[in-house]
Amino acid sequence: MAKNYPLYIRSTPTENELKFHYMVHTSLDVVDEKISAMGKALVDQRELYLGLLYPTEDYKVYGYVTNSKVKFVMVVDSSNTALRDNEIRSMFRKLHNSYTDVMCNPFYNPGDRIQSRAFDNMVTSMMIQVC
Amino acid sequence: MEGLTLSDAEQKYYSDLFSYCDIESTKKVVVNGRVLELFRAAQLPNDVVLQIMELCGATRLGYFGRSQFYIALKLVAVAQSGFPLRVESINTVKDLPLPRFVASKNEQESRHAASYSSDSENQGSYSGVIPPPPGRGQVKKGSVTHDTVQPRTSADAQEPASPVVSPQQSPPTSPHTWRKHSRHPSGGNSERPLAGSGPFWSPFGEAQSGSSAGDAVWSGHSPPPPQENWVSFADTPPTSTLLTMHPASVQDQTTVRTVASATTAIEIRRQSSSYDDPWKITDEQRQYYVNQFKTIQPDLNGFIPGSAAKEFFTKSKLPILELSHIWELSDFDKDGALTLDEFCAAFHLVVARKNGYDLPEKLPESLMPKLIDLEDSADVGDQPGEVGYSGSPAEAPPSKSPSMPSLNQTWPELNQSSEDTAIVHPVPIRMTPSKIHMQEMELKRTGSGQQQAGVVAHPPAVPPRPQPSQAPGPAVHRPVDADGLMTHTSTSPQQIPEQPNFADFSQFEVFAASNVNEEQDDEAEKHPEVLTVEKASDPASSLRVAKTDSKTEEKTAASAPANVSKGTTPLAPPPKPVRRRLKSEDELRPEVDEHTQKTGVLAAVLASQPSIPRSIGKDKKAIQASIRRNKETNTVLARLNSELQQQLKDVLEERISLEVQLEQLRPFSHL
Repeated sequence: MAKNYPLYIRSTPTENELKFHYMVHTSLDVVDEKISAMGKALVDQRELYLGLLYPTEDYKVYGYVTNSKVKFVMVVDSSNTALRDNEIRSMFRKLHNSYTDVMCNPFYNPGDRIQSRAFDNMVTSMMIQVC
Repeated sequence: MEGLTLSDAEQKYYSDLFSYCDIESTKKVVVNGRVLELFRAAQLPNDVVLQIMELCGATRLGYFGRSQFYIALKLVAVAQSGFPLRVESINTVKDLPLPRFVASKNEQESRHAASYSSDSENQGSYSGVIPPPPGRGQVKKGSVTHDTVQPRTSADAQEPASPVVSPQQSPPTSPHTWRKHSRHPSGGNSERPLAGSGPFWSPFGEAQSGSSAGDAVWSGHSPPPPQENWVSFADTPPTSTLLTMHPASVQDQTTVRTVASATTAIEIRRQSSSYDDPWKITDEQRQYYVNQFKTIQPDLNGFIPGSAAKEFFTKSKLPILELSHIWELSDFDKDGALTLDEFCAAFHLVVARKNGYDLPEKLPESLMPKLIDLEDSADVGDQPGEVGYSGSPAEAPPSKSPSMPSLNQTWPELNQSSEDTAIVHPVPIRMTPSKIHMQEMELKRTGSGQQQAGVVAHPPAVPPRPQPSQAPGPAVHRPVDADGLMTHTSTSPQQIPEQPNFADFSQFEVFAASNVNEEQDDEAEKHPEVLTVEKASDPASSLRVAKTDSKTEEKTAASAPANVSKGTTPLAPPPKPVRRRLKSEDELRPEVDEHTQKTGVLAAVLASQPSIPRSIGKDKKAIQASIRRNKETNTVLARLNSELQQQLKDVLEERISLEVQLEQLRPFSHL
């Protein structure tokens, strides 16, 4: 039973949401694969997944898994080569922090879509920073 | 008086009316009787009068303070102009005509003759007062009297006093008043308050009575437990004043109804008082919130867990999304629990929202939770400032981390500048989220412990973490020790800031100067010291160690990291970010190592700053101590700066010499 519904989707200025949806879904498979691969280090802080390049568009997809198996997938345009590894990591870290903040909210039920404004703002600021 | 802006004419008019009603010449309080007559003279329907009384909050207080009176007058004007009665209309309705009072109430006044000594004169003056003001008001525009100041200050002074006054009245008089009510011709009234209060205080979800906006607002929001207290609190003041007044049937009816809607009035009062600074919590409000807090959590210094708070606020019938947003705003330290201040802020936001205010995007300053133990108002001013500062050190570290790998060469300048700004505001950052994340990371990293993302954003957490994994070969054993050290430090993060022991700093300096090349013994010695010494001291000393190392053994790349790691290992915090840097950057040139080490050092200095917050909040002496510490840190960093500059110069010289050698060699290679 694959409950892979997205809790939160946000796209950069291009706003091709549907396409991103699709990419995120396909990348989920790869992420799951990686999770199952690393059996021993079950709780690895982050995993960097790089290299899902499509024939037409160059997109890099980064994955990140939290302890509670919540996956963050980030899709970036390869033309934006300024994005380095550490920056991606820091972005994921920020995402994770914001996510934990959202979780702290007792009104938030895990599994709901994330509607927190603070979270939105953080993501927006991050995306603006990048693009 | 908050939130009520009066034109000059209105001001004059209202103050006249107030002095009229202020028969006892208290200049603060007006008896209900007079005011009620006045309102009836305004020829408004009774329920409107009732509504006005609720809205201005007099029912809660039991008497008309100047501010309530003024608000009431304004509302009368509003009502007479045909505008719907709402709290906002006080200020939003422009060009309101002055309220008109018909001087035809002498029959009613005569009924009160017994209770008023100077009634007859007042009657005369009353009717005299009423007709002229409308005309007078228009004439007297433009005269800025200091009435404006005076009523406000008196109102302000009065309001804090009012909650003190009214509860005192309540207990002894409540039984009397109720009995008295039952004797009245309008016998149904005695049931009415009960019936009225029932719906008002009904638990959320029941039908609401009352037509006023305030009722609608409040009815959904009063939690069941404090109802009884609130009832008695609210009931008795108006009824107690009733005792002093000669009860007229009509008046009684009004008062009784106002008793019933006391809670709503209280709430409305609160909202109306929040106009001036929309998010300011008045004392009554705060008192109420504190009471509510107590019902959930008797210890005022304790926390309300998230689930309890959730239930509580769910009762307010706000949509979950808004509650969620309110929570986000008010849970300042993001710990999933509400302190008293956070709770008050949240409550206030809920109340505001129920009144139609939109939720702000970020927490207004007046709602910012003060650090727990500082209850004196003197510190309140500091708190927002300090709290507001918290952004900068928190932001400086994260911004440093991405920049660091890319700016190795220009690192010294960059770091110094960012360090300076960060250190200049060494103020409270949310300690708890760091702890949460720290624990998270602890869980995650104890297993692997290998690859550590540079988490400068959580300096208290990170420094312990990456160290063991990052240590290069020779320092393998050290991570083991440091690990123990780390966990110890991480588990007692509070202890470290609370034992600022800058004395050890000098020890460390001495140590650093003298024992450059020793390892295990020093570690053993230093471990206990580290725990008690400020992390700030560590960077300096470790730096010094590194510095001396670098100067003496600059050419040996292998030894430099070893020295670095060795020298800094016992000083647990600083090396960790360093190690991380070492690994993540994949550059192990000695200069880079030292640089990154210093980066880590400085990062750890930053780390030490956030670990201070709680202790600062708790102890003024600690504040001064921390100021001293920070100054010393500053001097340390200044020295560090100069040393690094020196080092830079040396490195450049070396580079030049190498280039010269290269030049010399090249002709040979061509041969």
